[in-house]
Amino acid sequence: MANLAAVVGIGQTRYTTKRQDVSIAGLVREAAVNALQDADLGWDDIDAVILGKAPDMFEGVIMPEVYLTDALGCNGKPMIRVHTAGSVGGSTAIVAASHVQSGTFKRVLTVSFEKQSESNAMWALSNPQPFSTHLNAGAGGYFAPIIREYMRRSNAPKDVGIKVAVKDRLHGARNPLAHLQKPDITMQEVEESFMLWDPIRFLEACPSSDGACAMVIANEELADQAVKQPAWIRGVAMRSEPTTFAGRDEVNPQAGRDCAADVYKQAGITNPRKDLDCAEVYVPFSWYEPMWLENLGFAPVGEGWKLTMEGATSLDEGGDIPWNCSGGVLSSNAIGASGMIRFAEAARQVRGDAGDHQVEGAKLALGHAYGGGAQFFAMWVVGSEKP
Amino acid sequence: MKDIAIVAYQQSDGVSDAGAVNEVELIMPVLERTFTQARLGSAQDVDFVCSGSCDYLQGAAFAFVAGVDALGAVPPIKESHVEMDAAWALYESILKIRMGHAESALIYGFGKSSPGELPIVLSQQLDPYYLAPQWIDSISLAAMQARLMLDQGLITERDMAEVVSRSRRNAMSNPHAQLAGDVSPEDVLAQATYLSPLRKADCCPVSDGASAVVIATVEKAREWGLPYAIISGIDHRIETHNLGMRDLTDSVSTRTAAKHAGMQDGRVDVAELYAPFSHQEIILTRALGLGAETSINPSGGVLAGNLMMASGLSRIGEVFNRIVGGEAQRGVAHTTSGPCLQHNLVTVLEKA
Repeated sequence: MANLAAVVGIGQTRYTTKRQDVSIAGLVREAAVNALQDADLGWDDIDAVILGKAPDMFEGVIMPEVYLTDALGCNGKPMIRVHTAGSVGGSTAIVAASHVQSGTFKRVLTVSFEKQSESNAMWALSNPQPFSTHLNAGAGGYFAPIIREYMRRSNAPKDVGIKVAVKDRLHGARNPLAHLQKPDITMQEVEESFMLWDPIRFLEACPSSDGACAMVIANEELADQAVKQPAWIRGVAMRSEPTTFAGRDEVNPQAGRDCAADVYKQAGITNPRKDLDCAEVYVPFSWYEPMWLENLGFAPVGEGWKLTMEGATSLDEGGDIPWNCSGGVLSSNAIGASGMIRFAEAARQVRGDAGDHQVEGAKLALGHAYGGGAQFFAMWVVGSEKP
Repeated sequence: MKDIAIVAYQQSDGVSDAGAVNEVELIMPVLERTFTQARLGSAQDVDFVCSGSCDYLQGAAFAFVAGVDALGAVPPIKESHVEMDAAWALYESILKIRMGHAESALIYGFGKSSPGELPIVLSQQLDPYYLAPQWIDSISLAAMQARLMLDQGLITERDMAEVVSRSRRNAMSNPHAQLAGDVSPEDVLAQATYLSPLRKADCCPVSDGASAVVIATVEKAREWGLPYAIISGIDHRIETHNLGMRDLTDSVSTRTAAKHAGMQDGRVDVAELYAPFSHQEIILTRALGLGAETSINPSGGVLAGNLMMASGLSRIGEVFNRIVGGEAQRGVAHTTSGPCLQHNLVTVLEKA
């Protein structure tokens, strides 16, 4: 069995369109220093650094760990760089955890980032390739038809996405780090925002953010001595499936269902809606909340939208299973960091350290990330109690 | 901790230009041969898959996604990827096995460097604000390193030529080698300098190709009934990116990694070193303290063919081949990343 490991420090930058006051190195260092301070540790207390980010072509820096080793205090230590598309922030946290869960290291630092203001994601995702279909769509154009198929299958009312967009921005208004601060957002405002990729309106899409997220993960012995409540890692899972496979259900991907089943089994979860206190789930476009509610087993197939409309996922409406209390990807999207932010925000909840977006008494939380054409999944469950 | 074994290794032929063959077509034949060697049906028969590649070689974001499509990941598989040499994918896989979440893993690396100008492409891994805008290519940085060594009297041009000569001659028995032949040090020294003091022969060629390895717990390897070599240690270390702050004539991180991998605990019969430039093989040999009892780069090393993102994994595979072939009891494989040997990984393999 895996050795016990826990998150003992969390650090983030604020998320914003342009962090012109810092370099890429400055950005990652800010998150790392915040995580070390949160854990009351110094650079010498770290045995290895695990870095994650989305494609190198975004910022145009090849293998950025080579350049970032100095900023992350890693000289003379092991450093590894994970890249698993949009799920990378979550995968990176899982790879970092494996450094400790394998018994190889006592305490590691993991960092992920994106500096979208120094990059052009749309270009990087769309340059034509020989021998391949040219996808000149970006993420929104790719996912819109899948969302339309979900709407057709589920017969969900047209305003489910609008409701998610409002709910996550109201959550984000409780989180001072969130990029979008829209405490007065209304259903009407979202509905009237322009259509980007039908049915995804402007305010139903995530922003482009600069930002970084970091965590310190320690073994049982060191976590027991941590200055703050540790978030014990209760389960980790990853799954991948092909982009282009004729039998693939892109609305409700098998890889997501398998990944959830795996992580729930490790954490002893049989009824996710009941057993978990909250979840941070990768929802870059509003409709992905109802879709993932079903994929992750919080609702039967075809009924995820009902939880959203009932307010079950809303902190403001006193829902029983709040999703994305931090504001989620809809409020901040530093792409390579977005998965790790989900994992870190789940940990903040069970540490009782989530400020104004804390779910009272949260003991068990899910962190989720997905990427590629909804084909790469990474998930963890963290708890306040040692397993 | 569980003992982990390598049970299969395959590599494609190093070619300077694979032509119209795409990345998936580079990977698939290697995986097919790997599955045959490990007596596996497909990627479904291992517990974990991890790959190493670089988007910039292909000029497309998410280059590795095509690999997943090729794997036959239906039903979904447990899979991950590092934007590094696949030797680090092996490292990630070992952690996964050690933590008990897998008993076996498939690791592969691939790169098609030919469509771009690799030395120029690699200039973009330098500090993006101060160095990358100068487009300092990887060969120029290596030439500067060689010059430092020559000027300090640590090596001679003949020492470098002898490395090249041995590589070319060793590569004659490596069917995958891109450059091989009965080349003497005098033949090398007779060549004109390319980027002084480097001659073209001092630099690894640009190669297209892929390699793959299967690892498993020793229990699993025995159950499969396959010949195997044990990975007795693995460690990697990175150094400062500021070239002016490093002693470029030494490789401290290689020495540290070797110590943590336990290299010093026994005799080293064979060493496969990822030295893209002849003088770097000398730096590495000295950093590791290797002597006459060690056969260095019997495959020819990467001077005989450099499959970017797979060469490091291939070094490990080549040592595996020597051990299961009965030529060596114990060996060390080295992998590097970054300019002038900035980041180094050392793996120690032993006979079962």
